[in-house]
Amino acid sequence: MTIPASRKLWLGFAVAMLWLYVLLWPLLGIKPEGLEFAASTAIWAKVAVVSAILLALWQLKGRGVFDFASRPAQALSQALGKATGRVATWIWLVLVFAGAVVFPLVTERYAHDVAISVLVYICLGLGLNVVVGMAGLLDLGYIAFYGVGAYTYALLSVHFGLSFWLCLPIAGAFSACAGCIIGYPTLRMRGDYLAIVTLGFGEIVRIVLNNWMSLTHGPNGILGIKPPGAYWWQDGHIEHIWLGSLEQFYYVILGLAVCTIVAVHRLNHSRIGRAFEAVREDQTAAELMGVNTLGIKLLAYSLGAIFGGLAGAFFAARMRFVSPESFTFIESAMVLAMVVLGGMGSIPGVILGALALIALPEIFRGFELYRMFVFGGVMAMMMLFRPKGLWPAKRMGVRSEERD
Amino acid sequence: MAPAFHKAQHVEVFLQQLVNGITLGGVYALVALGYTMVYGIIQLINFAHGEIFAAGGYMGVILISWMVAQGYPPFVCLGVALVLAMGYCALLAMAVEKLVYKPLRSSSRLSVLLSALGMSIFLQNGLMLTQGVYDRAYPGEMVQGGFEIGGAVVSYMQVVIVGITVALLVGLNALVFKTRVGKAMRATAQDKTMSALVGINASRIISLTFAIGAALACAAGIMVGMYYGSVRYDMGFVLGVKAFSAAVLGGIGNITGAMLGGLIIGMIEVFAAGYISSEYKDVFAFIILIGVLYFMPTGIMGENVDDTRV
Repeated sequence: MTIPASRKLWLGFAVAMLWLYVLLWPLLGIKPEGLEFAASTAIWAKVAVVSAILLALWQLKGRGVFDFASRPAQALSQALGKATGRVATWIWLVLVFAGAVVFPLVTERYAHDVAISVLVYICLGLGLNVVVGMAGLLDLGYIAFYGVGAYTYALLSVHFGLSFWLCLPIAGAFSACAGCIIGYPTLRMRGDYLAIVTLGFGEIVRIVLNNWMSLTHGPNGILGIKPPGAYWWQDGHIEHIWLGSLEQFYYVILGLAVCTIVAVHRLNHSRIGRAFEAVREDQTAAELMGVNTLGIKLLAYSLGAIFGGLAGAFFAARMRFVSPESFTFIESAMVLAMVVLGGMGSIPGVILGALALIALPEIFRGFELYRMFVFGGVMAMMMLFRPKGLWPAKRMGVRSEERD
Repeated sequence: MAPAFHKAQHVEVFLQQLVNGITLGGVYALVALGYTMVYGIIQLINFAHGEIFAAGGYMGVILISWMVAQGYPPFVCLGVALVLAMGYCALLAMAVEKLVYKPLRSSSRLSVLLSALGMSIFLQNGLMLTQGVYDRAYPGEMVQGGFEIGGAVVSYMQVVIVGITVALLVGLNALVFKTRVGKAMRATAQDKTMSALVGINASRIISLTFAIGAALACAAGIMVGMYYGSVRYDMGFVLGVKAFSAAVLGGIGNITGAMLGGLIIGMIEVFAAGYISSEYKDVFAFIILIGVLYFMPTGIMGENVDDTRV
């Protein structure tokens, strides 16, 4: 980097920091008791120092100062990549799966609890991934389907005593219906209108759950939901136990997550998956190639809804309590952040995203309040620096722009 | 449910709702303008706009409480706070635009939308972290009293709010349709390349559009705070969606349309809350949004929306 370019960079940095101070100080410094500068200056100084260091490092990296360290590191990572690449994918999958199965045997209750939430969010993230990642439809009301699934099981369990396993497909079907009802009028719209309309629908579902007292008990929620049962045949009649402990819940959701992963993977490689991708890349071209675009979008939307509904039914069984509070817009944004962070359209990416967004904050417990703040910022910055996510999706086939 | 009214009372209730509807509708119109102007110029739904509105409400409460504590008269407090907070929000919106939207100008629509959403979450939680999770109350003694027309009570607060709203709307109209800068804005919205060829600095005009939209939203935030007596860090979310509905209803990209749309949405919300159900009052705006997009996507005053950028 030349000297003038560098000077310009630092000048821009100085202006940005000045701007930051002007924006930060009034929020923290003006109090009815008087003006104070200490708190905002302290925060500002931290931000300024950290970003100055990062900027300097980035500049030095551009000049090749770190080549002595980065070259061997790169060579090492390449060698590692080659070595791991030689091991077949299925061995990795078996290893990961075995790790997941053994996990509750070697950990504590608290870790089980966190692992269960991670798995629930993996299911949700994969479902949303079908809609956003594969079909390219930005859905900001996805959590509504989670809510529909949860309330379906909750109501069926409380009023009719139906079994979890019977309700699971019913919840999926209900969510799919909800997806069709919401999708049919909205999916003709252009991408960004769709985002805000799905947001509206998500809010409508929550408001209805909150106010339909006779059905949902409003904000009080529904209590007394049964956990899943395990059934077997013994001495001429059916025996059963309730799978009420955390470990048992863990295995139930692990099974559900594995099914979801397999289903989404198969979907990705199917004709329908290709059609999703075609609609995402260029709707007009897809239509010209004979893809029924509205039908495909509706399919993507309701398939995503099914996974959401299944996860919702499990959530109701796990908590044994549902209330509208669990289905706010922030939850939708969380799931979306997972998909975006991990890499849109990529299954391992979504799993990574769920781990990062659910498990990391558990480790940094003290920063609980800053969670959404950081994720919002990261989501915006990801689009600038790594729009394809942490683990980008592999694209299938050969593209014309790559061939040239 | 509404009790059975006498005929005279019917008229009174109707008038009262009308007054409330005008007050609320004006506020929606102010926020809707920011959405519509930004959309008109760069075809982006600026999700962070609702948060700018909330930030305006907070700046209002911060500045007014400070100045009231210093012992300035209420109207001076309000005026100075309005001007300072509007400047603050303009700076905030310009920072967001420079930092996040500008580098993404040539990226796919989905990624710009996602970064806008990320920015909205970021700002909302930033407000929560600096200002706390609980409501912040506006000083109560700002504008008191009221008068009665035909049985409907009009508070002076409502008069002040409507007055400020009208002044801002007239000012904006003058700026956009009477000045050189306004002409440049309209030209950029129409055709960015062509306007760049005739010497308009598009990037400055876009910045300016964000700033103006933010200043209007900020004024709306302060007035909503005064009207309801308090502000909350997440108040921008629902109001943002409603204001966006107003912008769509009026025809996105159309300034007069946004004003009209805001007024209509405000009226519908107030009357629906009064006559149908107050629990579901937030739902009506969404239903209108969906209905308009489905049956009349160009809105009341909109021109044909270019459909190539799906």
